[in-house]
Amino acid sequence: MVFLVNLRKYLIIALAGIALTACATQKRGSGQMQGDVYTGSATVEFLATGVKDRVFFATNKSTLTTASRDTLRKQAAWMRKKGKDKTFTIEGHADERGTREYNLALGERRANAVKDYLMTYGISGSRLNVISYGKERPVNSGSNPLAWSQNRRSVTVKAN
Amino acid sequence: MKKILLTIFLLFNLNNNAHSLVEVDITRGNLEPLPIAISPLYVEPGSSDVKQEGKIIKDVGAEISKLIETNLKRSGLFNPLKKESFVQKPDIAHAKPRFEDWRLIKAQALVTGKVTVTEDKLRAEFRLWDVVAAKEMVALAFSTTPKNWRRVGHIISDKIYQRLTGEEGYFDTRIIYVSETGEKTQRFKKLAIMDQDGANVKYLTLGNELVLTPRFSPTNQLVTYLSYFRNLPRVYLLDIETGVQEVVGDFPGMTFAPRFSPDGNKIIMSFAKDGNSDIYTMDLNTRVVEKITDHTSIDTSPSYSPDGKYICFNSDRSGLQQIYVMRSDGSNVKRITFGKGLYGTPVWSPRGDLIAFTKVHKSRFYIGVMRPDGTGERLLTENYYQEAPSWSPNGRVLIFYRETKSDDQGKGFSAKLWSIDLTGYNERLIETETDGSDPSWSSLLSK
Repeated sequence: MVFLVNLRKYLIIALAGIALTACATQKRGSGQMQGDVYTGSATVEFLATGVKDRVFFATNKSTLTTASRDTLRKQAAWMRKKGKDKTFTIEGHADERGTREYNLALGERRANAVKDYLMTYGISGSRLNVISYGKERPVNSGSNPLAWSQNRRSVTVKAN
Repeated sequence: MKKILLTIFLLFNLNNNAHSLVEVDITRGNLEPLPIAISPLYVEPGSSDVKQEGKIIKDVGAEISKLIETNLKRSGLFNPLKKESFVQKPDIAHAKPRFEDWRLIKAQALVTGKVTVTEDKLRAEFRLWDVVAAKEMVALAFSTTPKNWRRVGHIISDKIYQRLTGEEGYFDTRIIYVSETGEKTQRFKKLAIMDQDGANVKYLTLGNELVLTPRFSPTNQLVTYLSYFRNLPRVYLLDIETGVQEVVGDFPGMTFAPRFSPDGNKIIMSFAKDGNSDIYTMDLNTRVVEKITDHTSIDTSPSYSPDGKYICFNSDRSGLQQIYVMRSDGSNVKRITFGKGLYGTPVWSPRGDLIAFTKVHKSRFYIGVMRPDGTGERLLTENYYQEAPSWSPNGRVLIFYRETKSDDQGKGFSAKLWSIDLTGYNERLIETETDGSDPSWSSLLSK
């Protein structure tokens, strides 16, 4: 009897272990977030074939991740070659979990981080306008960490 | 703001006030609101009906008394008694109250009055009585145009509040806010203005462009706000009476978070240059621009102390959002928040003794107050999301907005205006036709 009970306990612990691993792998496996930076593609659109239009940020941060820099280098390359005659607006956005005025400043800082990076890859600043929307224009209207991660973004839009 | 001709004259000398027994302590919570009887104002025979926007108001005396009742009840400090229990008729009560009748229903104060209405003039007279001491406390008369009858009710409410609490009232005031409609991902926002009690709503912009954070000038004639007109987010100035809008300063980038200086001569705001937000002022007469902060961090949400000598603001120079205080020339910057969590939207009390703020801690949002040196922090209310407090002109009540959580499809989202007393008691929803945010309280319209 005692043996049986113990066995059951082990079984439960073992099952719980499997469940935990499953959760963890699923989160990473589906490529939704790394830390709290969105890594998925659900809301992403394209400036041109193979050139994503947006990059994502961690909460309260405006640092560009490795993946973001990769996206922006592709944007810059396309702007230099195919999009030569075009100008662009870089929209900076924040999630809904901050005060409105600070979020406006944060969106501005994010959009400028993108602008600066594009400029180091040879795009003239005069082709890049910046606008911050703060928390005013979320792309995902949910109130959950995944929605917020999709909203902490900077989007490069063709202006002409 | 539309000026109305309002004559106020004392009917009697206000002697012997110091000996009154009735008073309200507003420094504590609303544990025992003062029982007050507000008799309907007696309408003099032969008075005309009040015509207002196509509606006819038959008994304006009863309407004014209802409005006073609502004001006093919502303050949390008074308990207006049911009119069914009143024994004495309004006309006789106004001339000579039988105090024992009013004592019987446990009233400690009594309001009586009468109104005379002609085509173009409304004259109201009111008296506040101390039932316990059987004495008159205040007696005043007002004249105005009939359609301004609500303001008469607000002014009477202010006089009662002032006489019984010893503090200025806040009922004859207006709120400017942002009216919100539509989907969460594409909200339409308009500037809206209403009386403090939610009546007389007017929309000041059409909703074609995003507008945010309106704030009154000290005289309430102008409003400064952020508009995305032509996709250029800039600080604007709006004259409420004429409707004329103008951009404040031709900055090569976003300007936001505007407020007036206490003398009304300057606008203080953030300007984002190359991604970095610093605080600037612009003199409205000379158009001279001054840079007040110069830091690589975000500096925003500036608010002057009422004497104009200091500015509190929000900065993340220490890494995360905190509140700082500096002299108005930008010198002597000091961080004042050291508690757990983030702090934003500091706004100096009109009394000068406190700074109200929003605090974010463990994913919860708080409205709180602290002394200007950062001591004495008190959190008044906690919720999923709320921010941007604005003070009533007497520094006793805060108005702010609260947003609700959405489900994964974005349903269930709302933005509403709320108020709470400095004591942390008396939290109230302020009903608006549409959703609302970014409320800003005017000063008293008439003093």
